Amino acid sequence: MDGFARRFARNKGAVVGLAVLLAVLAVAAFGPLVYPDSPWDMAGAPFRPPFGEHLLGTDTLGRDVAAGIVHGARVSLLIGFVATIVAVSVGVLVGAVAGYFGGRVDDALMRLTEFFQTIPSFVFAVVLVAIFTPGIGSIVVAIAVVSWPAVARLVRGEFLTLRTREFVQASVVLGRSSLHIIFVEILPNAVSPIIVSGSLMVATAILVESSLSFLGLGDPNMMSWGYMIGASRSVVRVAWWTSFFPGLAILLTVLALNLVGEGLADALNPRLSREGR
Amino acid sequence: MERLEFIAQRLVKGVVVLLGIVVLNFLLIRLAPGDPATVMAGEAGAGDEVFLQQLRAQFGLDQPLVDQLWAYVRNIVTLDFGFSYRQQRPVVDLLAERLPPTLLLTGTAFLLSLVVGVALGVAAARVVGRWSDSLITVLALFFYATPLFWVGLMGVLLFSVTLGWLPAFGMFTVGVPLAGWALALDVGEHLVLPALTLALFHMAVYARMTRASMLEVRDQDFVRTARAKGIAEGEILRRHVLRNAILPVVTIAGVKAGYLIGGSIVVETVFAWPGIGRLAYEAVLQRDYNVLLGVFLLSSAMVIAVNLATDVVYSLVDPRIELGA
Amino acid sequence: MPEPPAAGPVLAVRDLRVALPPGADRPFAVDGVGFDLDAGEILCVVGESGSGKSLTAAAIMRLLPRSVRVAGGTITLDGTDLLALPEAEMRGWRGRRLGMIFQEPMTALNPLMRVGDQIDEVLRAHAGLDEAARRRRVVELMAQVNLPDPGQLRHAYPFRLSGGQRQRVMIAMALALGPAVLIADEPTTALDVTTQKQILALIKEIQRRHGMGVLFITHDFGVVAEIADRVAVMQHGSIVEIGRAADVLNAPRHAYTRSLIAAVPRLEPRPAVANAAPTILEATQLSKTYASAGGFFVRRRVVAAVKRVDLVIREGETLGVVGESGSGKSTLGRLLVRLIKADGGTVTFGGTDLLTASAGRLRALRHEVQMVFQDPYASLNPRRRVGAIVADGPKAQGVDHPTAMARARELLALVGLDPAAVDRYPHEFSGGQRQRIGIARALALDPRLLIADEPVSALDVSVQAQVLELLNDVRRRFRLAMLFITHDLRVAAQVADRIAVMRLGEIVETGPTEEIFRAPRHPYTRELLDAVPGRAWSAAAAAP
Repeated sequence: MDGFARRFARNKGAVVGLAVLLAVLAVAAFGPLVYPDSPWDMAGAPFRPPFGEHLLGTDTLGRDVAAGIVHGARVSLLIGFVATIVAVSVGVLVGAVAGYFGGRVDDALMRLTEFFQTIPSFVFAVVLVAIFTPGIGSIVVAIAVVSWPAVARLVRGEFLTLRTREFVQASVVLGRSSLHIIFVEILPNAVSPIIVSGSLMVATAILVESSLSFLGLGDPNMMSWGYMIGASRSVVRVAWWTSFFPGLAILLTVLALNLVGEGLADALNPRLSREGR
Repeated sequence: MERLEFIAQRLVKGVVVLLGIVVLNFLLIRLAPGDPATVMAGEAGAGDEVFLQQLRAQFGLDQPLVDQLWAYVRNIVTLDFGFSYRQQRPVVDLLAERLPPTLLLTGTAFLLSLVVGVALGVAAARVVGRWSDSLITVLALFFYATPLFWVGLMGVLLFSVTLGWLPAFGMFTVGVPLAGWALALDVGEHLVLPALTLALFHMAVYARMTRASMLEVRDQDFVRTARAKGIAEGEILRRHVLRNAILPVVTIAGVKAGYLIGGSIVVETVFAWPGIGRLAYEAVLQRDYNVLLGVFLLSSAMVIAVNLATDVVYSLVDPRIELGA
Repeated sequence: MPEPPAAGPVLAVRDLRVALPPGADRPFAVDGVGFDLDAGEILCVVGESGSGKSLTAAAIMRLLPRSVRVAGGTITLDGTDLLALPEAEMRGWRGRRLGMIFQEPMTALNPLMRVGDQIDEVLRAHAGLDEAARRRRVVELMAQVNLPDPGQLRHAYPFRLSGGQRQRVMIAMALALGPAVLIADEPTTALDVTTQKQILALIKEIQRRHGMGVLFITHDFGVVAEIADRVAVMQHGSIVEIGRAADVLNAPRHAYTRSLIAAVPRLEPRPAVANAAPTILEATQLSKTYASAGGFFVRRRVVAAVKRVDLVIREGETLGVVGESGSGKSTLGRLLVRLIKADGGTVTFGGTDLLTASAGRLRALRHEVQMVFQDPYASLNPRRRVGAIVADGPKAQGVDHPTAMARARELLALVGLDPAAVDRYPHEFSGGQRQRIGIARALALDPRLLIADEPVSALDVSVQAQVLELLNDVRRRFRLAMLFITHDLRVAAQVADRIAVMRLGEIVETGPTEEIFRAPRHPYTRELLDAVPGRAWSAAAAAP
């Protein structure tokens, strides 16, 4: 694992990304201690500019922007990670079954995967959340529904290659069960690309969540970054800070996750990392 | 002959997928909480008992599920997408009216992102490791992580509010009747910000992909062969590396066309662009599900059409079309 | 060997050094290499993997991979030091005075460019010919390398061509401007023996006709014996011996050369032993057909990989299955252990038909038939420790952990490895050592039959000899029957009691090894035997 840390650290961007990500996590964990009040409550006069009485100013209704960002961090990260875990689990299951068993099973599952990949994913997510009423559950489900096909294809590809590897054939000849072969022989060799795509998927999930809440499809009980921008977009001319800071929070978080993902790709797959990157 | 078969096969596949989406729409209506007739009527129409009765009769909601599905599919195939009670117009008319602006916006953004993205990727790969490569890579990384709606808003703030260079919303200047070139110029001015906003993210995607693809191809055996032949570096890049590197990028760009259409919902909302994305947003606000599902179906059809076009182009450019793959 | 025509050296390499990146196992991949190449001679540079032979070739072309660089020396062609030229000028030499062909014909051509255009590129880059003249020259060149119907074929894309045809295109490209020196880096290694024979003959013919100097890189002493006028033997980045081919091959002076040549399997079949032992495995009418997926508009393409094959293996004997790529020999091996599902036929083992046996019965029989694989890098799970890998079989059969691990240690010692290897991962071992681990894994179940699929073809010749010896040893010690799949007739001669020759999915001839070698009946068997490189030489060398 020492080599892993060293290879990760060699990617400067990844180290910066990790630092930013840890900072965001810290904000999500401890921020509400600094801003214990509900971010929906009025904290002062509306339209107060930033760096005064309120660090990041207040919005149309006098809500503290900084408090919103701190509480929104929880929602963004929660939805990003949970939706990714669901999508990765489904994707790994479908991909592993399709890739390992092949034949008709593979055909059927891949047709299904292709179908879901053809559907314009964000439109589909909007339809799902709108029809099943906005809420944290429907948002997570919608993001997972549009995200799993990519994982399924990736895992299937890995399984198809690994299944024909000689060490897997050796295991068959030794009399090992399918279960042993899938979990002990193949899956550990397919974990690196799954981790990398998972970490990038968290970033995408956060972007999708913010877009949904921007359109008013967020959980009505939870403050989120996208909602803050959506709610204040009509006043961007008079109070730029109300949409600028939440957007910056999204940008930094997503950027950090992407950087960490790339660092993981380099560290887990030393063969693929190139000079001059 | 092989090519025709290949295209025919893809066409059939596209139609099958489209039918699948119609069925999915039907399932969504059935699975939605509440009475399917209420779902189809939308928030505004749900109060009108006459309208609801009419819907129940039209979709045979008292019939077995299979018959309902059949009725639904038959309606869609005959381009009957239902009625928007809120707008008091057939959904298909709304879609037809809103489609051209969206095609203009997404088409412009697609070409812009592909051309500029590929060019930036090639430029970065040519000077890999130097500062201009780093600059392009870092910029791509930033735009890859930026939410579209935020870029749009900040663009409005900078270019419309602060600098006053470009109009902030709409497709035409309100209250000024224009025609001919003056109209085109006016629409063009309105198009700049939304198209750029929509293109930026994908530009970043294509730049990153092109760069990676170029770096991969330049290390392949046939490039070494070209060097061994004494071909000049510029020629090697043009004749050997570029084509092999860009082909997969263009293919993936076609496949990812759906993301552009998804992005147009957000961008049209920010810029009040009168397309189907904006229509979707309005439908969400008004809980007008018939319209929303119509948008969903139409955008899926657009994606399938783009995928088909990509397949055709691909089969013309790459001699190795894998039949049946 | 005919005397090469007298002429001064056309290419002179002096004290060439190629530096590896920091952190490599040695500082210089090529360390002080020097030789002359005369016009009209073929100089073979022979060595095992890592000897620096390919990097020497790449250094002459100045086409080294980015991570390595030339650290010193001179390379003189036509009185000019190539290493001192600016890159732009060097480009004018490549293709014009220096031609090169590579090992992998499948990837060496641009997939999106017609082969005629790829040949034409050389002419466009260097010769001031108009389009019509270039077109004539392309057709002429393609005819010269014996490509069929050049007028048509020049419009084809590479994927339509076979490996041998692609290599001919490469040769046509290299020859286009009549270079003074042709560098051939393992040009026949990826080809079948019969194709290899044709390509070697072509290179030799063209070299004679144009009076070129050819620098031919290879690992195969058989090929050296076929083609070389002179030989340079490389080890660890240096030339240990250089001289006339006849001298080096038949009277090597350096100890390393001697050991290498001794490791080349002799083309002497092992003596026939009458075997009346009972049958251990019998396959009848075994068939396997591959079909590409069909669709609404796409015809299914059907390839018969194995066609109604019958074979018998007796207790304690080794049956060699010999064939070229695509002959179905590997498919046959996998059908026997049901790694691939057969379409028809029976495989009787221990009174049971393995093809129809229930999953439970099959698993119970698994331990009696084991397999050794080709690729030492792909046949061991990189994520598991060697001990777990070797103990896997017994554990699958229900043996408890301590017993299985104790057995693993025993077996590792038996195959010549330190028993402490159980705690290490596969990547810590060399190719030959990994192959030993693979053998230990197969032996852990006390099998009665071993199916070995090209177990030595990925190994260097000296390692190959050791692994073959180990296989021979365990075979005797455990009284194993063995099905030995190989493309290499030299190897088959060493290990097999009987040989089955496969071609296009069918066994065309079966018989005792000695008989097959002495009096082959099928024309294809004769063709195969005839194509073994260095056939005349090994016979001579084998005589004491």
